[in-house]
Amino acid sequence: MALQITESCVNCWACVDVCPNDAIFEDKPHFLIDDGKCTECLGDHSVPQCAAICPIEMAIVDELGEFLNPPGSLTGIPIEKLKEFGLWREAA
Amino acid sequence: MELPVISNSAPAEGGGCASSGCGTAPDALGHLPDHIRAKVQDHPCYSEEAHHYFARMHVAVAPACNIQCNYCNRKYDCSNESRPGVVSEVLTPKQAINKVLAVAAEIPQMTVLGIAGPGDPLANPARTFETFEELSNRAPDIKLCVSTNGLNLPMYVDRIAQHNIDHVTITINCVDPEVGAKIYPWIFWENKRIFGVEGARILIEQQQLGLQMLTDRGILVKVNSVLIPGINDEHLKEVSKIVKAKGAFLHNVMPLIAEAEHGTYYGIMGQAEPTPEMLQDLQDACAGDMAMMRHCRQCRADAVGLLGEDRGDEFTMDKIDVMEVDYEAAMVRRKVVHDEILEKLDAKRGIVKPKAEESGIPADARPVLMAVAGKNGVVAEHFGHAKEFLIYEASPAGARFMSHRKTELYCGGMDACGDGDVVDAGATESLLDRNIRILEGCEVVLCSKVGYEPWAKLEAAGIAPNGEHAMEPIEEAVMAVYKEIAATGKLSPSAEDRKVA
Ligand code: SF4
Ligand code: SF4
Ligand code: SF4
Repeated sequence: MALQITESCVNCWACVDVCPNDAIFEDKPHFLIDDGKCTECLGDHSVPQCAAICPIEMAIVDELGEFLNPPGSLTGIPIEKLKEFGLWREAA
Repeated sequence: MELPVISNSAPAEGGGCASSGCGTAPDALGHLPDHIRAKVQDHPCYSEEAHHYFARMHVAVAPACNIQCNYCNRKYDCSNESRPGVVSEVLTPKQAINKVLAVAAEIPQMTVLGIAGPGDPLANPARTFETFEELSNRAPDIKLCVSTNGLNLPMYVDRIAQHNIDHVTITINCVDPEVGAKIYPWIFWENKRIFGVEGARILIEQQQLGLQMLTDRGILVKVNSVLIPGINDEHLKEVSKIVKAKGAFLHNVMPLIAEAEHGTYYGIMGQAEPTPEMLQDLQDACAGDMAMMRHCRQCRADAVGLLGEDRGDEFTMDKIDVMEVDYEAAMVRRKVVHDEILEKLDAKRGIVKPKAEESGIPADARPVLMAVAGKNGVVAEHFGHAKEFLIYEASPAGARFMSHRKTELYCGGMDACGDGDVVDAGATESLLDRNIRILEGCEVVLCSKVGYEPWAKLEAAGIAPNGEHAMEPIEEAVMAVYKEIAATGKLSPSAEDRKVA
């Protein structure tokens, strides 16, 4: 079980500092999660820490490709507006 | 320790920013006790007079953030943009230290190093404190300051106190969680994302606690607030009162920047930006409670140099990598330069400004707002070339700097200012019309030259263009024009006109 970072990531470092397993590393073009280390935070925290601090919608997905922070969930920008501004994506 | 708060009477009689008068009388910091004044007299961001002589720089080492503000888009990064939070490169602490030493050697007037955005320095404690620690050892002649959203402040106050950090800026936009929920969609707190009113409540509590803890330790605190029309405009008066009571020494109310292309929540949702007049009215309303900062330029998070002048391009990492810096030697040169500037400032502080009564202006004449296209303290710019207008209030008490209104804030690019068209929310407006619009509330515009077309448009807008005082010191020119208006009998006071006072 491991989460993954998508190309929406803006390399803001927020997730790196909160990961209890040092599973996140800097890479180009964006940060990545080491499958071998990520536990989805089970046993450490009630929610995956990276997904709980990441400010970017659609940047972190689970093994099914579902966004942990779907479009509109963090900013509260309505879906029509997201579509209008090209900020909408279906799950990966 | 209780820090005194300066009253607004000082700037009213003193010199403001960006004019010859800057420094001819004590500025807003003049009323502080000596030990605090000594801390800020060479700080360009805090002292209205010092910012003409001393430079500051910011390093972006702290990219992570632990809250979301509706005026911030963490994706945005553009080297042509001049506003807070924007940087072209995030530095490692090591790179930041090299950059600071190189800049301080090259620009000896650089006295202050700040760590601000993008991100929150205290959400990146390892990178932030590594940078501070190394710099307080290697460059003890540089003042350090840090800006924070305040969420993690209480847990780092003691570490802040350990370093050479005697100034902290906290961005406080509200003291009411209901208002806060409209500004902050969420915070990250105790391993969870907390949304809405509850998140805002925690943030506000931490900010207020942190503010108190800092002032208790004698660390100077400036409070920044972003003015968001319809959301916290009225509320900021309350904020100002509270932060004053807690001992903040300066309140800096900045206008919201919310353009759709920046991709922020406010930008996308069409949240209005304040007009220059709204900002000024609010600064005036809060000024009764404490010193207001009127010369803030809302710098980039990696700005280098004097306020209003960004030399960041000279110090990109590839250039710094090949620079050899002997900081011991640089420190000696820096000391000489600093002493010279301080001496000059002290000499200026002794000079008394000419009062208006001597020139025959009636004591009850109403004040008049004038916009000045100025540079280096004189009326120097063509109307069409001005990148910002300095707003002065002329009154029987003399000329007083009120604020500056940036044309870049509104127009597409610095070079294009003065000609061409800009498109805003789908409607096309000429830059000329735009510049005239930002002068709303002013009765006169002073510049070195005004062309025929703008002349007619300015007159039509009720603003008298004046090109008679080219290259004269700003305050003298403003008072000369005020005297001319007084002579026409147009300055008899009326209750409505008093509004701007
Ligand atoms: S889910 Fe937890 S363990 Fe996995 S990368 Fe994110 S923070 Fe690290
Ligand atoms: S917090 Fe999100 S955007 Fe930031 S680095 Fe991690 S995955 Fe990327
Ligand atoms: S605190 Fe700063 S970096 Fe964080 S969201 Fe607000 S403006 Fe952006």
